[in-house]
Amino acid sequence: MLEDKDRIFQNLYNDFGADLSSAKQRGDWKDTKEICGKGREWIINEIKTSELRGRGGAGFPTGLKWSFAPKEVGSRPHYLVINADESEPGTCKDRDILRFEPHKLIEGCLIASYAVNAHKCYIYIRGEYFNEGQKLQTAIDEAYKDGLLGKNSAGIDWELDIYIHYGAGAYICGEETALLESIEGKKGQPRLKPPFPALIGLYGCPTIINNVETISVVPTILRRGGKWFSSLGRPKNTGSKIYCISGNVNNPCNVEEEMGIPLKELIEKHAGGVIGGWDNLKAVIPGGSSMPLLPKETCETIKMDFDACVENKTGLGTAGIVVINKDQDIIKCMARIARFYKHESCGQCTPCREGSGWMWRMLERMAKGEATRDEVDMLLDVTKQIEGHTICAFGEGSSWPVQGLIRNFKDEIIERNKFDPIVKKQKDIPYLVDQHLLEKENA
Amino acid sequence: MAVKKISKVQPEKFEFSKKNKETADSIIKNYPSGKQQSAVMALLYLAQKQNDNWIPLSAMKYIAKYLDMPYIKVYEVATFYSMYNLTPVGKYFFQVCTTTPCMLRGAYNLVDVCKRKISEKENCLSEDGKTSWLEVECLGACVNAPMLQLNEDYYEDLDPTKLEQIIDKISNDEVPQPGSYRGRLSSEPENTRKTLIGNKNA
Repeated sequence: MLEDKDRIFQNLYNDFGADLSSAKQRGDWKDTKEICGKGREWIINEIKTSELRGRGGAGFPTGLKWSFAPKEVGSRPHYLVINADESEPGTCKDRDILRFEPHKLIEGCLIASYAVNAHKCYIYIRGEYFNEGQKLQTAIDEAYKDGLLGKNSAGIDWELDIYIHYGAGAYICGEETALLESIEGKKGQPRLKPPFPALIGLYGCPTIINNVETISVVPTILRRGGKWFSSLGRPKNTGSKIYCISGNVNNPCNVEEEMGIPLKELIEKHAGGVIGGWDNLKAVIPGGSSMPLLPKETCETIKMDFDACVENKTGLGTAGIVVINKDQDIIKCMARIARFYKHESCGQCTPCREGSGWMWRMLERMAKGEATRDEVDMLLDVTKQIEGHTICAFGEGSSWPVQGLIRNFKDEIIERNKFDPIVKKQKDIPYLVDQHLLEKENA
Repeated sequence: MAVKKISKVQPEKFEFSKKNKETADSIIKNYPSGKQQSAVMALLYLAQKQNDNWIPLSAMKYIAKYLDMPYIKVYEVATFYSMYNLTPVGKYFFQVCTTTPCMLRGAYNLVDVCKRKISEKENCLSEDGKTSWLEVECLGACVNAPMLQLNEDYYEDLDPTKLEQIIDKISNDEVPQPGSYRGRLSSEPENTRKTLIGNKNA
């Protein structure tokens, strides 16, 4: 277990207060001038040494991302954008950083802006987090008053202005290019990549986009050294991470732990165990609703980091752990997740717009036992038609949980939906959707 | 995708109040010159707040002129994002999160209470005309589930009885205390904290 002194977010539970003076007592804003004085190269190299990977879900190496920004500022200004549009079901870590540790975020913004040559930083907060946004604004005002932001930020001869931009309840705006569209005052529909935002982003200018947690750990890494951060966890999966444990556990909570902590330890030790005991566990969604669920057998042994999750055919995502016990109907739970994706699809790509609705309706019928045996394969086929055929990763995010359900609980679905379709008798007139399924059989 | 309905009854005219004009102008300054379109989301919020929590078409036209952008672009934004109400809602607007993490902890029991005590259908005003409710997707407070948002505040760790008490208070025009209804101050594990022990009650 991580020792308390190695926890970055000392005020995760608001024991001290979020204001500037108590933040300074915890060590924030200490030696910011000296850190930046070591130069951009040093900052980016130190982040590379720390092997910090983005905490927003995709796990892209942060140091590498920063090094994509052009070294010299040309005719177009650079921007830093912070993604605080936290809306992945099961995830609520950024909310606690915004309301309890805002100065870690602001200091991180300053250092990151300096490293990527940005004079303007936009923090995109989801509209529902109105109160959290107000708390962050108070912290930003404090920082301006104390000379930590503005013309000569924290005495490093660097001008930085931070602005908050509120979203308005669109999950898709958590996708980085949709987020940029939204800041530009348009519908939040993702852009085609390339060009990547690091070269052509906000207003067509070079833009670096990072998650709140990623930026908030940067000052501590630079203060204690990249080597210290990479000594936690294992190579390529370093450092600590805030895990959110929700669902059927006795004490749902957020907790900062070392990367690679066993899932069982997180649930049993920190979250007070599964309701009804460990044997009552049905499945766990390990990284927010987009990631395929894990059956109980895997939960016994899996370690929570990026690569271990991939080895087990899922992903760490945002580390929003949703525990589902045997009192719940697993098909119904997944149908509800499918409804979420149907509601949040931006409607730009047809496979996702139509397919997310298909998946939801099929799962609803399967939960009630009204589907036919063949439809289970058809559903899997629909997910494969969506995955990889859309502009952004929403297609994968909506189809993976359904694939995870079918992979692990196919028997249970078939048990409930075991009658044959009426059309089977006239199988020479296949209906549109499963036509190619039949073709596969013939091939 | 979500379907949004536009209200049939629309006011003729809309104009920002003097104070809101000042706020709008200061928001526009947050963005580079010529990029005033970026402020459209914030201005729609202002309009919504000024007009009893919903946005009429005249406000969209007004904002389009204000920001020198086509009306259809404002309309697109207002219909795309779910937090803009295009029909009148209650003065007290309950948004119950029912996505899986909340559902696992009984969010649909809260929905039943809303159906019984506010209105049978979503987005319909209660008998006294003060409240309405809506099922929404994940509000991002999953470890404090089940929860709901009442106007701008989060009410967390609820159960049906506590929600009934909240609705009763609202119908007497008292605004109940937001936050956790099981006495939690943050997202720490209840009674079994294993981390940051030294900081406790600092």
